[in-house]
Amino acid sequence: MADSDIVIRVEGLGKKYSLHHETSERYTALRDVVARQVKVAGRLLNPFTLAGQCRKAHTQVAAERAQREEEFWALKDVSFEIRRGERVGIIGRNGAGKSTLLKILSRITEPTTGRVEICGRVASLLEVGTGFHPELTGRENIFLNGAILGMTRREIRSKFDEIVDFAEVEKFLDTPVKRYSSGMYVRLAFAVAAHLEPEILVVDEVLAVGDASFQKKCLGKMEDVADREGRTVLFVSHQMQMIVSLCSRCVLFSSGSLVDDGAPASVILNYQDVGSGGAAFVDYLRAGKPPGNEMARLLQGWIQDRDQRLASEVAIQHPFSIHMVYEILVHVPGEPFPNIHVFDSRGNCAFVSAARVNRFQLVSPGIYHAICTVPANLFNDGCYTVSLALTFAHSGIQVGFKDRQALNFTVVDPIDNVPTRETGYAGAIPGVLRPSLDWVVQSQAKPSPIPQLQ
Amino acid sequence: MYPASLRKVPRQPDRSPHRLVLEPNRIEKQYWKDLWRYRELFAILAWRDVTVRYKQTFIGVAWALIRPFLTMMVFTVIFGRLAKLPSEGAAPYAVLVFAGMLPWQFFSTALSSCSDSLITNANLLTKVYFPRLIVPASAVITSFVDFLLSFLILAALMVWFQWWPSWRLLTLPLWVAVAFAASMGAGLWLASLNVQYRDFRYVVPFLVQFGLYVSPVGFSSAIVPAKWQLLYALNPMVGVIEGFRWAIIGGGSFINPLGFWLSMGIVALMLITGIRQFRRMEKRFADVI
Repeated sequence: MADSDIVIRVEGLGKKYSLHHETSERYTALRDVVARQVKVAGRLLNPFTLAGQCRKAHTQVAAERAQREEEFWALKDVSFEIRRGERVGIIGRNGAGKSTLLKILSRITEPTTGRVEICGRVASLLEVGTGFHPELTGRENIFLNGAILGMTRREIRSKFDEIVDFAEVEKFLDTPVKRYSSGMYVRLAFAVAAHLEPEILVVDEVLAVGDASFQKKCLGKMEDVADREGRTVLFVSHQMQMIVSLCSRCVLFSSGSLVDDGAPASVILNYQDVGSGGAAFVDYLRAGKPPGNEMARLLQGWIQDRDQRLASEVAIQHPFSIHMVYEILVHVPGEPFPNIHVFDSRGNCAFVSAARVNRFQLVSPGIYHAICTVPANLFNDGCYTVSLALTFAHSGIQVGFKDRQALNFTVVDPIDNVPTRETGYAGAIPGVLRPSLDWVVQSQAKPSPIPQLQ
Repeated sequence: MYPASLRKVPRQPDRSPHRLVLEPNRIEKQYWKDLWRYRELFAILAWRDVTVRYKQTFIGVAWALIRPFLTMMVFTVIFGRLAKLPSEGAAPYAVLVFAGMLPWQFFSTALSSCSDSLITNANLLTKVYFPRLIVPASAVITSFVDFLLSFLILAALMVWFQWWPSWRLLTLPLWVAVAFAASMGAGLWLASLNVQYRDFRYVVPFLVQFGLYVSPVGFSSAIVPAKWQLLYALNPMVGVIEGFRWAIIGGGSFINPLGFWLSMGIVALMLITGIRQFRRMEKRFADVI
C-alpha cells in the first residue's frame, strides 16, 4: 500500500507521569511545597551539618525526592501505523495506557518521548456531551458542543436538522437540557458527535450508554462513517462484541505497551489469555490513581479461595469470595452499597450482585471491607471478569467508583467430584453458569396433570 | 499544451489539509495560528458564559447595573460626604467615584472569573484540545459585557450632573484596552497557578477586596502624599484608573506622569509574563488539573 495512505504514524511513543506518594489529594497545596522547601532549607542550615555534612544532606534530599516522586510510564515505546479507512479497536485492562494514547492523539496531553505524525483533522469523543451546559437549551447546546468538538458554525447550521432528527428531540429543542431525561441527553450528545466530519475519529467507550436500539443506530452510523466516507476510526471499548462487530483491526495494550495487533477475533482471544493470569487482585494503594470521586474510592480488590489464599483459579466445586476494600471520604446520606458485575469471556454480563444495606443510615468516612461469597457450583468453567463498584442510592443512583475489569478469575473443572459431572459426561458443557440445582426424579404409573393457570 | 500524461497526473487522494506532528516539548509555532482557527470556539464560550450568567436570575442583566451603582453611592457618601475628601477639579464626587469604579469593577470581576476559569472548565481541558488561552480570555470577555452595561450608569450620571465630557472621552477605548491588558495579565498568572496550587482560590477574593482600598477608587490619587506617589504607582490599577478619570473628567484631573508610566510599564510586564507563564504551564494542565 502507498505510504500516503498512512494517516497516523506513532514512533517510540512514551508518556511518563510522576506519582507523588506523600499527598493523596488530587492537587498540590502550596502549603505542602513550602513545608517541603523549609524542611530542606532547615537541614542545610543546621549548624552541625557543616562542610562535609553538606554533601550528605544534599544526597539525602535527592534520595527523599526520588522516593517521593516515583515515575510511572503510562505508555512506553509504542509504535504502530494506521491507514486511511481502518477501524481500529483498542483493548486492554484498566491502566494499560489506552486512554493515555487517545489523549496524546487528540492533543490533550503531550508525549514525553517519541513522535506522532497525524494526517488530517482529529475529532475525539472521549465523553459524550463534553461541555454541555445544563442551563442552556438543546438548540444552544448543539452549537456549543459542535464548536467544542471543532465544527464551524456554518457546518453546524447545515447539519442542524439532521442532528435533531437523529437525536429525536425536536419537541424539546428549546428546553434547557437539565430537564432532559438521561436518554435524551445522551442521544443529543451523540448526535452532535456523529455528525462531525473529521478524517480521524477517536472514540472512547461512548456507546456504553443509551438504550439498545439507539446503540444499534450509533453503531450503524459509525460503520457508515468508516466505510462510505473512508474515515479512520479509533475505538476504545471493554465490550468485546462491539469491537468484533465494528472494527477491522484490533490492538491490545498491556501495562503501557502494545502487545498484540491483528484481526479482532485473534487479538481478543489473546487478551483473554493474558487476562486470565495474574489479575486476582488490584492494589491501588501501590499502583496509584485509585478509581473514584470525591465521595469514595476503591483501594483494593482480590479473589480468595476457601483456604483464604489469593487465587486466580478456583475449582468449580468449591466456594470462593470476592473482596473489595474501599474508602468513604465524606459523610453521605444513605448507606452506599458495594456491588459487583460479573462478565463472561464474551463480555456478556452473567449477573449483578449488591450488598444489602440499610439505606437510611448515615455512613461515616473510613475504610470498609466488603466480602461477597460465591457459592460452589455456580459458574461454568471459563474465564470471568469482575467489575467492582460502589453506588449511592440517595437522590437517584450515584456511582462512587466503578472499576470495570478490576479482577479476572478462571473457573476450572477438575471433572472428578464435580456434582454437575455426575452423569459421567466429560465433554464441554455450554452456558455461562453451571449451577448445581435440586432435582427429584421418581417413577409413576401415569402422566401427571399439569397444574391450572391462575 | 501539456502532454496528456502530464495533464492527467493521478491525483493523490490527499484530503488532509494539514499534517500534524506531536513531539515532546515541541515549540508550537502554530499556536497563534491555532488561536485564530479556534476563534469561533472563543466566541461561543464567551457567549455561553454571558448567557448562563443571568439565566434563572429574577432581574437578570439589571444586576450588572445595580452592583456598581450601589457601590458608587456608598463610596460617594463615605468618602465624599463623611470624610470630605476633595474631588478633582470641579467634577461632582459621584462622577469621580464612578470613573474609578468602572475600570475597577471590570478588573476585579475579570480577575476572579479568569483565575477560576480553568478549574470550572476542567472537564473541557481533559477532554478536547484547543489553545487553552481561549478559556481565560473568554472569561474576561464576560466581565467586559457587564463593563459596557455600566457605561449606561455613567451616561446617566453625567446627564444628571450636567457634566459634559471633552474630546478626551474619545481616548477612552485606549484606556479600556489597558484595563483589559491589566486584568488579562494578572488573570493569566492566577489562572495557571490556580491549576497547580488551589491556594490561589483563597488569594483572589482577598486580592480583590484589598485592591479596592489600595487603588484610588473611592478617592482621587492626588491625595496620596507626593513622596509616596511612585510607590503607589506600582499598583497597575492606579495608572488605569487615572487614565479613565483623565478621559472622563478631563481638565482638572490628576495624573502623575512618572507614576503613570510606571503603572503602564507594570501592566505591560504583567501581560507579557502572564502569557509566558500560561504558555509554559499549559502543556501540563490536563495532567494536573
